[in-house]
Amino acid sequence: MTTIVVFVEHSKGQARRASLEALGAAKAAGARVVAAVEGSDAQAVASTLGRFGAERVAVFAGDGRVSADRSARDLAALVREEGATACFAAATSSGKSLMPRIAATLDSTLHSDCTGLDLTGGAPKVVRPWLAGKLIATLESSAPVLCATLRPNTFAVQEGSGSAEIVAKPSSSDLKALLVSIEAKTGGKLDVKEAPIVVSGGRGMKAPEHFALIEELAAAFGNAAVGASRAVVDAGWRPHAEQVGQTGKTVSPQLYIAVGISGAIQHLAGMRTAKTIVAINKDADAPIFKVADYGLVGDAFEIVPALTAAVKAIRAQR
Amino acid sequence: MNIVACVKRVPVTEAQPKIAADGKSVDATGFEYMLSFYDDLAVEEAIRAKEKLGGEVTVLTLGASEASKELRDALAKGADKATVLKDPNWAARDARSTAKVLAKKLQELGAEVVFMGRVATDRDNAAVGPYVATVLGWACVTDVVKLELAAGKGKAWRETEDGVETIEFALPAVITCDKGLNEPRYSGLKGIMAAKKKPIDEVAFDDVANQQSVAKLEFPPRRKDGRIVGQGAAGVPALIDALRNEAKVL
Ligand SMILES: Cc1cc2nc3c(=O)[nH]c(=O)nc-3n(C[C@H](O)[C@H](O)[C@H](O)COP(=O)(O)OP(=O)(O)OC[C@H]3O[C@@H](n4cnc5c(N)ncnc54)[C@H](O)[C@@H]3O)c2cc1C
Repeated sequence: MTTIVVFVEHSKGQARRASLEALGAAKAAGARVVAAVEGSDAQAVASTLGRFGAERVAVFAGDGRVSADRSARDLAALVREEGATACFAAATSSGKSLMPRIAATLDSTLHSDCTGLDLTGGAPKVVRPWLAGKLIATLESSAPVLCATLRPNTFAVQEGSGSAEIVAKPSSSDLKALLVSIEAKTGGKLDVKEAPIVVSGGRGMKAPEHFALIEELAAAFGNAAVGASRAVVDAGWRPHAEQVGQTGKTVSPQLYIAVGISGAIQHLAGMRTAKTIVAINKDADAPIFKVADYGLVGDAFEIVPALTAAVKAIRAQR
Repeated sequence: MNIVACVKRVPVTEAQPKIAADGKSVDATGFEYMLSFYDDLAVEEAIRAKEKLGGEVTVLTLGASEASKELRDALAKGADKATVLKDPNWAARDARSTAKVLAKKLQELGAEVVFMGRVATDRDNAAVGPYVATVLGWACVTDVVKLELAAGKGKAWRETEDGVETIEFALPAVITCDKGLNEPRYSGLKGIMAAKKKPIDEVAFDDVANQQSVAKLEFPPRRKDGRIVGQGAAGVPALIDALRNEAKVL
């Protein structure tokens, strides 16, 4: 049986969902799954990973210092030790920062942002968006280790009743770059890449203060993040972290609601793989309606508050 | 300081690709090209580093000779010289071979700090920066939105899902540039004239084989036809009904 090493991120004592999806993808490929977690608080997270498909969890408790070059070195060493033929991480900012370095250490190429995997005999194949999602490519790999980052919200979490063997691992030294501080996001806001629901506003919102309407709708859902078009990010109305599109974030939520967004090709590049798309726009000919499952034509200033009230009413019933 | 900006020429973001007859390559007929969005930030940051710390900026690309148009523009903005690693095979190159070829050249050039875009907007690999740094044993900070550079070291801020990280690093280093780091300047007439006298070297390189090949290209599955569920706020109940009972997301 092949072994796959999966890098598991965690925050506030919990494994990141996108990492659990990566474990799920490795498990679904029929492999023996070895999870790797880092940090002084990793032990508690490690003990939960058996349920999500890991047979073994390597814990790098470290010395309190955080450095991507060290993490990559340690992970690559683990891949070698375990004789793994593949190494996965979620395509999050740390996954994307780490995996190229792991791949380089293993002299293997990297497959980024994969949406499909085929490890059933022959050369391993991955499926991923190509040219900003305008095409879908199936790629064949001849790399010694299949290094891949997996797009969040794409692979299923496999939750069962398994338990994993936990092993403590030493961390290496010689750090070239060192994290000195992190300024946490205020209010525990969800990131657009990971949120199951994204409510995005565009230039149709007319002024930055009107994004309160978008925020209220997102808050009504409870599990939604706020997104934005480039037009409003460039105008300084919203932070770049919220930008969805070819030069922003790529998202695949269960539900994407575009409010006052025209649907330019560069915006579609970032959200066309959402499961369900809703468009709210006063222009019935706006291109966004071509990709939307459900459209509401009309004034956002009238529709959004009504939608927020309706969503709140439903949630209150539960 | 010996500063290098690594850049890539990519199809414009509006380009609508066609799949070639072999089913696995892109028919690029009629494509227009541009410098990848984030590479503009890399060029700008390189020029700012020179303005602050002195030294020289080289713009380096692995790509077609045609890329000299984009390189000329970088020279007009203030870079000193440019190198094209002439690659007839650039459209099919994987992350590892790209990184290894660039790493070798960067070492030859004696680079102390290298700027790259966060990601190239054609392949979306976001791999080459950290891959190059690892091959060379250098520091690397990705997705940088703010940077302070000094002799031999630097401090960078990067945006993640959890907030903004501050990272200290030693040179040599590779920095990948994210939106927000700077506002790229435009080239002026004076710069354009000066750029005509600046050298663009076209050189060959020792190839590194790919480990990745395209088996198949397809168009994304067509989305199910959508529909307009209503007009104005009066349409909200119909939308809610569709989200609950059809899409089952509520
Ligand atoms: C290299 C490059 C990269 C790019 N990258 C991105 C990217 O990553 N992400 C991105 O989003 N864009 C990107 N763009 C920009 C893109 O081309 C569009 O310009 C941008 O998406 C437009 O934003 P918008 O839809 O908010 O604004 P507009 O196109 O101005 O659309 C506003 C919409 O609001 C509607 N509207 C107005 N008033 C109301 C109202 N009261 N109620 C309801 N609807 C209303 C209008 O009908 C219109 O459809 C990029 C462009 C380039 C060249």
